[in-house]
Amino acid sequence: MSILIDRNTKVITQGITGKTGQFHTKMCRDYANGKSCFVAGVTPGKGGQDFEGIPIYDTVKEAKAATGATVSVIYVPPPYAAAAIDEAVEAELDLVICITEGIPVRDMIRTRYRMQGRKTRLIGPNCPGLITPDEIKIGIMPGHIHRKGKIGIVSRSGTLTYEAVGQVTALGLGQSSAVGIGGDPVNGLKHIDVMKMFNDDPATEAVIMIGEIGGSDEETAARWVKDNMKKPVVGFIAGVTAPPGKRMGHAGAIISGGKGTAQEKLAVMEECGIKVTRNPAEMGKLLKTVL
Amino acid sequence: MNIHEYQGKELFRKYGVATPRGIPAFTVEEAVAAAKSLGGRGREAPSARSNDVWVVKAQIHAGGRGKGGGVKLARSLDEVRDLAAKMLGMTLVTHQTGPAGRVVRRLLIEEGADIRKELYAALVVDRVLQRVVLMASSEGGMDIEEVAAKTPEKIHKVAIDPMKGLEDGEAEDIARRIGVPAELVPKARDLFKALYRCFDECDCSLVEVNPLIVTGDARVVALDAKLNFDDNALFRHPEIVALRDLDEEDPAEVEASKYDLSYIQLDGDIGCLVNGAGLAMATMDTIKLFGGNPANFLDVGGGATTEKVTEAFKIMLRNPRLAAILVNIFGGIMKCDVIATGVVAAARQVALKVPLVVRLEGTNVDLGKKILADSGLPIISAADMGEAAKKVVAAARGVPVAA
Repeated sequence: MSILIDRNTKVITQGITGKTGQFHTKMCRDYANGKSCFVAGVTPGKGGQDFEGIPIYDTVKEAKAATGATVSVIYVPPPYAAAAIDEAVEAELDLVICITEGIPVRDMIRTRYRMQGRKTRLIGPNCPGLITPDEIKIGIMPGHIHRKGKIGIVSRSGTLTYEAVGQVTALGLGQSSAVGIGGDPVNGLKHIDVMKMFNDDPATEAVIMIGEIGGSDEETAARWVKDNMKKPVVGFIAGVTAPPGKRMGHAGAIISGGKGTAQEKLAVMEECGIKVTRNPAEMGKLLKTVL
Repeated sequence: MNIHEYQGKELFRKYGVATPRGIPAFTVEEAVAAAKSLGGRGREAPSARSNDVWVVKAQIHAGGRGKGGGVKLARSLDEVRDLAAKMLGMTLVTHQTGPAGRVVRRLLIEEGADIRKELYAALVVDRVLQRVVLMASSEGGMDIEEVAAKTPEKIHKVAIDPMKGLEDGEAEDIARRIGVPAELVPKARDLFKALYRCFDECDCSLVEVNPLIVTGDARVVALDAKLNFDDNALFRHPEIVALRDLDEEDPAEVEASKYDLSYIQLDGDIGCLVNGAGLAMATMDTIKLFGGNPANFLDVGGGATTEKVTEAFKIMLRNPRLAAILVNIFGGIMKCDVIATGVVAAARQVALKVPLVVRLEGTNVDLGKKILADSGLPIISAADMGEAAKKVVAAARGVPVAA
């Protein structure tokens, strides 16, 4: 078991003919069961062509009808990426993973508004994607650092997720699924949503939750964990040393009006029974103490 | 991206938001000419007193200018001249500038205003609601964070439907709640709607008017204007990019942005070069955890070429305090051997004098470590982030650290 995706998931790549889309589609296809998972690509105006044997369609709707795919991954450039999400939502896919970094907030506010009441779930934008080790990888994370196991990982940051994955793997444990929800202020699934899925997933025994400065999503997830979570959770928050009012790389990583500090998040997590570490090199070690 | 108050007010006027009449000035002569052209008797100055009044306002990208001595009333052209001469070139220190302050290079000369009531209005993106929120308060002219902390009931909010925009009823309701006199509610409503159109059409990330005032001649006027823009949307606003004032930005950060490096100057002495924003913050935190102080945040991104790494080194080395550098890379798609080659080339090119600690992990890590070891450079390697941080903190203090 796993969350959101497994070896049987069929995936459409939106923006498959761009450089990034091509590169990562190849890497994903070469990972585990990828060959039977990555079944279609979409680039408007290039329907009928193919990318290394993967058929290309003009629209998501056509790609879905022809292949039965239920998930898409988006590598479309920022000015058009929100419209690509809209198209996947219109085509009633189950899940859309938007890798693209740099989408205007105004576009995302409108896209999220249009998603209300629709069945499609969104991961990202500005995220590394998600992986169920030894089954399927959708996104830009390096596959080889993962190992099948029972630890769920959810994070707003890409390389910090790899850091946690690497530590878990080095300890001889592995991951059930690892999900990068992205560093943008207006996005799809939040920590709490992924946490609920890990709670319900019989293959997940414990969770590492990684957050960073900005917003209050980690606090919301922590409060939910306190009242509902049946499994141990450990955490790390990046940005204890971040100055207020400065955007730290990610669009959403900013302390504004004194809100969204790492200290505040860490305090709430601890209050809610989540063990936290101030040393990101010890996320794995900390996890081992709660198993 | 931020802009100056006078630029913000020009944008406001385009959208029909009432502001005092004002003219920017870059020199003392321009300031006096601006005051003359506005006319001595501010339209809103109390007619009974009929005395001349102007406001001379320092233009820097930071709040708290009034308390710092950057906003002054002038009662004559001579006073305008004196104030302008004092303010231009002065270093203004406010709670938002940090102790170093900012040099004042531009002024705004404005007509005086007859203030009857000071209110507060702002538009921000609410991350939880995923909408733009209009936030307003009767407590204008104060630090709004303090109002929110002490008297949260005095802050009123409405989440705006992105398809409909701010609706008449919503805008009128919030105007009434913050104490706009009944006969002026329609004016406040129109102002709020215009503010939202400005926010939306210009891809703002913040619009703040503090204070928003009710005047003696029954108008609702934006006496200040603070606007921030969504950097991700600047590609579709060349007219806003044109308002950028590089004097207001950190020169190292401006230089870094040319190479697509995400860099923020901090006040410590340990430089860090990391791939990924989250890992970069975590690296700074780890340095602090082990008793050091990071000199910067630096995310080289996913595609760190030799050129990028070299430029990153050069930018870090501009900092005279720099005592050591920590490179922390988790190679994913970016291979460790490529990074190692880049680090070696960069260290040679800049003839690096400060200790360099490198921690590599991920794809082709062994090959990467071999390249560092074979380079003949005194590079200190570390097995994990914790060890890397400990080593760089020691090296920055001049403690010998084994390679």
